[in-house]
Amino acid sequence: MTTTHTTYREAIREALREALRDDERVFLMGEDVGRYGGCFAVSLGLLEEFGPERIRDTPLSESAFVGAGIGAALAGMRPIVEIMTVNFSLLALDQILNNAATLLHMSGGQLGVPLVIRMTTGAGRQLAAQHSHSLEGWYAHIPGLRIIAPATLPDARGMLRPALECPDPVLMFEHGSLYNAAGELDEPAEPVDIDTAAIRRSGDDVSLITYGGTLPTTLTAAEQLAANNIQADVIDLRTLRPLDETTIVDSVRRTNHAVVIDEGWRSGSLSAEITARITEHAFYDLDAPVQRVCTAEVPMPYAKHLEDAALPQADDVVAAAQRAVG
Amino acid sequence: MTWWPQHSGRWAEMAEFRMPSLGADMERGTLVEWLVHPGDTVHKGDLVAAVDTEKATIEVECFDTGIIDRLLVEPGQTVPVGTPLAVISAGAQGAPSGPAPAEPAAEKPPPPRKHKAALATPPVRKLAAQHGIDLAAVHGTGHGGAITHADVEAAIQQRTEPHLTAPAAARQRISPYARRLAAELGVDPSLVTGTGADGAVRARDVRAAAQEPTTTAPAPSVSRGSTAMRQAIAALMTKSKHEIPHYYLTSTIELSTALEWLRERNRRALVADRIVPAALLLKATALAARDVPDLNGHWINDHFEPADAVHLGVAVALHGGGLLTPSIVDAEQLPLTEIMRRLRELVSRARTAHLHSSDTTPATITVTNLGDLGVESVQGVIYPPQVALIGFGAVVHRPWAVGDLIGIRPIVTATLSGDHRATDGATGGRFLTTIDTFLQHPEEL
Repeated sequence: MTTTHTTYREAIREALREALRDDERVFLMGEDVGRYGGCFAVSLGLLEEFGPERIRDTPLSESAFVGAGIGAALAGMRPIVEIMTVNFSLLALDQILNNAATLLHMSGGQLGVPLVIRMTTGAGRQLAAQHSHSLEGWYAHIPGLRIIAPATLPDARGMLRPALECPDPVLMFEHGSLYNAAGELDEPAEPVDIDTAAIRRSGDDVSLITYGGTLPTTLTAAEQLAANNIQADVIDLRTLRPLDETTIVDSVRRTNHAVVIDEGWRSGSLSAEITARITEHAFYDLDAPVQRVCTAEVPMPYAKHLEDAALPQADDVVAAAQRAVG
Repeated sequence: MTWWPQHSGRWAEMAEFRMPSLGADMERGTLVEWLVHPGDTVHKGDLVAAVDTEKATIEVECFDTGIIDRLLVEPGQTVPVGTPLAVISAGAQGAPSGPAPAEPAAEKPPPPRKHKAALATPPVRKLAAQHGIDLAAVHGTGHGGAITHADVEAAIQQRTEPHLTAPAAARQRISPYARRLAAELGVDPSLVTGTGADGAVRARDVRAAAQEPTTTAPAPSVSRGSTAMRQAIAALMTKSKHEIPHYYLTSTIELSTALEWLRERNRRALVADRIVPAALLLKATALAARDVPDLNGHWINDHFEPADAVHLGVAVALHGGGLLTPSIVDAEQLPLTEIMRRLRELVSRARTAHLHSSDTTPATITVTNLGDLGVESVQGVIYPPQVALIGFGAVVHRPWAVGDLIGIRPIVTATLSGDHRATDGATGGRFLTTIDTFLQHPEEL
């Protein structure tokens, strides 16, 4: 086994390359994934390597190409559909909710949709309100979908394979701020399971529960808390639907304090769901109200200082954890 | 129309005697008995009722002076804190206004019309009537002393406020985990100072309290409760001796068969499942109470009310002084192992001041066992409104006639304290004999 220096972007590209190489039913389609190399350069070079049959540029028509992906999956292919940002995915929401998520049920189990939809989510790069929102919590609301959100290099590299093997439609959310994250990665890469949450740091004083783009923020906060003698358990959910309730509840039972960090808006959010589950299953282990650190309930501002002010920052997490631990 | 003003005037002076909160964690109480009757005159500070809380039986004083108009709750009923128990009238009438309703009845709507003296427009009168506000008692701030809409609203507010704020103030802020931890560590949460937001008690406060010997549960509960508990015991026992004509019967029961059977049984049982002789005595008493039902029940309103089941009160002496008598519900139906388990739990819970409310189910007959103190016999005081109390002394080895020979046998002295109003010595004698018979056939217990 060797270790290579790589980035989150390259790790996903490598996962795509592996999938395309290993299974000829796999193909990638989306806006600018071919000649342009992908809006975020994830698919750079794949057109040259695999050809236009398997790396397909599509028109700006989310509903059409997601629908085409669903049709291809029904016909036995293993399509990977890229939607540039989660904001644009709303144009394909009808296909995702009314077709991809429901067909297995409505066909009495006859029509599975083994489709993977990748999309970018999140803010932090001054792309303003129409390119910056975190709407994965909305998709996590929908039965019939599996929602994953890799936050680390091994997960970026290792979650695509089980997603393609999953018989249900899988939505993979890649936080835009993570693409340049760099580090060492073992090769050959191991598949990462998409059923369980991961504990990224262990501590007994407070559970910090997060996923995706806010994991680095949360780990920074955990470092600062450790300097103040508060040891945090940092849970990376990885899979947002179904939620790994066991890991969450076990941690809270141990620490008695919980903070949920979610880049989505607070109202009706994934953080609300996690808080509710903690209350349902670990109420008598709670020593303080569950704290939440979420994005301010505004359309994401363009200006850097306003965007920073709206987003969950490490200091906010530290303050929330201190409120919880008291 | 002389009727209305009189009635409304009297009504306005009605006071409600409510189930008091006798501790921060008390949510409900059981009315053990009334110490007053409708028509009795009571003064502020008079004892009017005995209430069984989860910690002790406490006789409750009333805060009003007047005449007991109606009793709303029957002895034996358990009601939440704040429930009206009785209506006290301040009027001069010496007699109750009528037969007492069976259940706490909603107050009659107040008179739709008010005194002529008060100035108020029809809409204001209507509002007052809707909310049961007596306009005569409202201070008018309008033109010429007229009562305005705002005056009535203020009166409504003033009237409802105490009801709204009282439970909130009594509720302690404590985290769910801290509450659980307090129960596990035997800490009384009401004695813990909270350091969380708005004084909320958190786990660390409970742990700190658990480490301070002065605030751990058994000690403070007893010391805090001891005055009230002592008073409750004093009042109840005084009442018992004042009102109940006791008679006493004593039997010496030979236990060699029972103890031999128990030794054999315990030898085969796991340590945790072993049974102590006290459990045999309790079960035999419960079965005897079932078979001689004249001793199992309550003396209420000058007659005996037999009970359907045997709820066996068990007197537990607390380490810091004082006494609690939790009960084993349906004791006559429980197998011996279950009696043993309940006994062990009851003693432990009573001594850590964590009795469950089910433990305070009113007993129908009580056992006091002072054997472990080496006492040979006990002639106890009946716990009103029960009509019998059984005392057991220590199991001792004594010379015993076996046929024409003298043998050394284990014996126990059982004493019955009986209420002579309810039974006579013959019934009591039958009861003790029945206990003896059961103890000679331990395998049937």
